[in-house]
Amino acid sequence: MAKVLERKPLTFAEKTYLPQVLGGLKITFKNMLGKKVTMEYPEERPNIPDNYRGVPTLVHDPNGREKCVSCQLCEFVCPPKAIRITPGSIPEGDEHEHVEKAPQDFEINMLRCIYCGMCQEVCPEEAIFLQDVYSLVGTSREELVFHKKKLYELGGTRPDQHYKWDVKKAAEEEALAGNGHH
Amino acid sequence: MPEDASKLVNINIDGQDYKVPAGMNMVDAASYCGVEIPHYCYHPKLTVAGNCRMCLVEMGTPMRDRSTGEPVLDENGVQKIGWMPKPAIACASNATPGLHIRTNSDLTKACRTGVMEFLLVNHPLDCPICDQAGECRLQEFATDYGRGYSRFVEEKNVKPKRTVLGPRVILDDERCILCSRCVRFTEEIDENPVLGFTQRGSHSTLTCYPGQELDSNYSLNTVDICPVGALTSTDFRFKMRVWFLKPVNSICTESSAGVNTEVWSREGKIYRITPRRNDAVNDTWMADSGRALYKQVEAESRMKLPRISGNQVSLAEAIERAAELIKSGPTAYVASGKLSVEEQFLLGKLAKVKPGSVYFVDHSREGDSRLISEDATPNLRGGLVTGLISELPGERLDALADALKAGEVKTVVSFGENLINAGIGPELLKKTDLVYLGTHRNDTTDLARVLIPTLTVFEKAGSFINRQFRLQRFLQAVPGLAGLLPDVVVLTRILGDISGDKTPDPSMTELWAEIAQAIPALKDLSFAKIGDSGVELDGSAYDNLPFHEKPGWHYEPKLEPATTSGSSF
Repeated sequence: MAKVLERKPLTFAEKTYLPQVLGGLKITFKNMLGKKVTMEYPEERPNIPDNYRGVPTLVHDPNGREKCVSCQLCEFVCPPKAIRITPGSIPEGDEHEHVEKAPQDFEINMLRCIYCGMCQEVCPEEAIFLQDVYSLVGTSREELVFHKKKLYELGGTRPDQHYKWDVKKAAEEEALAGNGHH
Repeated sequence: MPEDASKLVNINIDGQDYKVPAGMNMVDAASYCGVEIPHYCYHPKLTVAGNCRMCLVEMGTPMRDRSTGEPVLDENGVQKIGWMPKPAIACASNATPGLHIRTNSDLTKACRTGVMEFLLVNHPLDCPICDQAGECRLQEFATDYGRGYSRFVEEKNVKPKRTVLGPRVILDDERCILCSRCVRFTEEIDENPVLGFTQRGSHSTLTCYPGQELDSNYSLNTVDICPVGALTSTDFRFKMRVWFLKPVNSICTESSAGVNTEVWSREGKIYRITPRRNDAVNDTWMADSGRALYKQVEAESRMKLPRISGNQVSLAEAIERAAELIKSGPTAYVASGKLSVEEQFLLGKLAKVKPGSVYFVDHSREGDSRLISEDATPNLRGGLVTGLISELPGERLDALADALKAGEVKTVVSFGENLINAGIGPELLKKTDLVYLGTHRNDTTDLARVLIPTLTVFEKAGSFINRQFRLQRFLQAVPGLAGLLPDVVVLTRILGDISGDKTPDPSMTELWAEIAQAIPALKDLSFAKIGDSGVELDGSAYDNLPFHEKPGWHYEPKLEPATTSGSSF
């Protein structure tokens, strides 16, 4: 059923338009004299809070070890299927041989990524972080598919609380030296 | 399995009455009734070890008076149940009349939590780099019954992480939960007892006997039955997480044993082949060599483009030219047990539309008296059942060579058979109008007038009849190579071109409707009816044929096997 609304006639004050004009001027002056809310982007840049979800990146630990072990959980959880990992193994004799696994390639299609942060949340190795980069430009689709090298360049180094693999290696070395639990 | 499976007994699980075959193992009996009893060391095809303690349940039997043997009744006149004071392992008990178990009581739950905690004490928890993650029993039961957090503050044991046990198996000792399935497998099934535990307690380590390695052709079964990620396959190691892989039921083409398999693929790429349980054929086992067959899909020698006299053409042109050559004839057809039943049926139709002799090539070699039979083709019996041949083929095609020399045959259609190996010289082949349908390049393909590349077993559906005359089907696991068509479609189109009566490409259902009508032995069957475990056909009509197969697992030859002529295949 259509609802019929009764239109009330304008009052005298309304007919003069003055209250509305003054109301508008009030807002104008308030903003003119008050604190600025815009900034001169791009010369000026906003402060990015720590929990901001920018471009997903891969990180190294403070000892320079690549943290990703290519468990592919982020690839699994990624809602728009932006992540594609080619798993690989760490060759024998490598400094990080004990970690056994590392990605051969790690692709994130930034055109697909929706910056939801699920990859960061699911990562058991704390290797992927959505950091403060928020402005991405590219001139082709290929350019915006980021590969492993680019992702590590963007990611840099993040502090580590656990050094889980270093602890593991130390235990192995202890054991080899005969001081370990086994 | 019970001795007399027809006899059912009443058991009671969690207050519910069920009927199960007498003597059935209680772990199996519970799963038969739809109740899961978690277990690690129990495996239906191995002896009971009872060392993981995960299947602890409360157990009770109907009470009887010790002196008189009379049933003890409660006030309602129902026989009382005497519950054992302590939990018992379900895997070491068999279904007996009136047996009661409780699988979700407080005691049972406490047992499982306790066992899980002990198993996880020294477990490295390296699921992110463990290939078993996603199909790991330890992961599954830890989420189902584990505490969720660790109380263990001491240091975990350190054990060898990357022991190479054999050419195809790598051991991570820290992940091992000492269930001994692999040890029992090598001893009982493989009869090559090279594995064992050394040290004691939590220091126990799975080890290969000094100077030996786990190099049997059945070694990868240990990887399949390992409930955790301790034993991993060198080939599959770190290749792909299992939760991305899609399993498709298939049949191994390695030999006429017809091992049931699962082909695991992601986005059209096959990553591994594992055995599928079929108690009538291969139990839960499979040979290592059969697992590598998926590599043929991306092999370098794979043919991808149709050709006429060496020049690239479209598939339609190649089919048209093949039909012309077959029609001009006189024609002979060379096939073997590599073709599926459907393809053999269509070949039979072709040989009726354009009459010509059908030759089969024998592919015999040494077997291993297990799951690799003496016949290297999966479907020789299909040729018998579809009526293409009535006798066992020979290795050489001397009759065809004579006919070619005498000019009695002008066109030869080879279905993946290397004619040069079968005794037809290259000079003779050059003078022949050779139509070749096959997947991989060989000496013969270079000489073919018309070359039609076809699809491998992984890229098409069909069925094979194995050495037990068991009809089993395989499904398409991955899409075929771009531009190529399944053999049955190619054959149907050639048939249409020759007879002038073009029919649409048949679906499996349509094809089987036709097959069931035309072949008495396959009457009443359809592709769907073959099911996942296959259908046993009556092979008694062929009992007097001297098949090459010697006795193997689940196979006894009817006649004394003929001597195989050597190792060539």
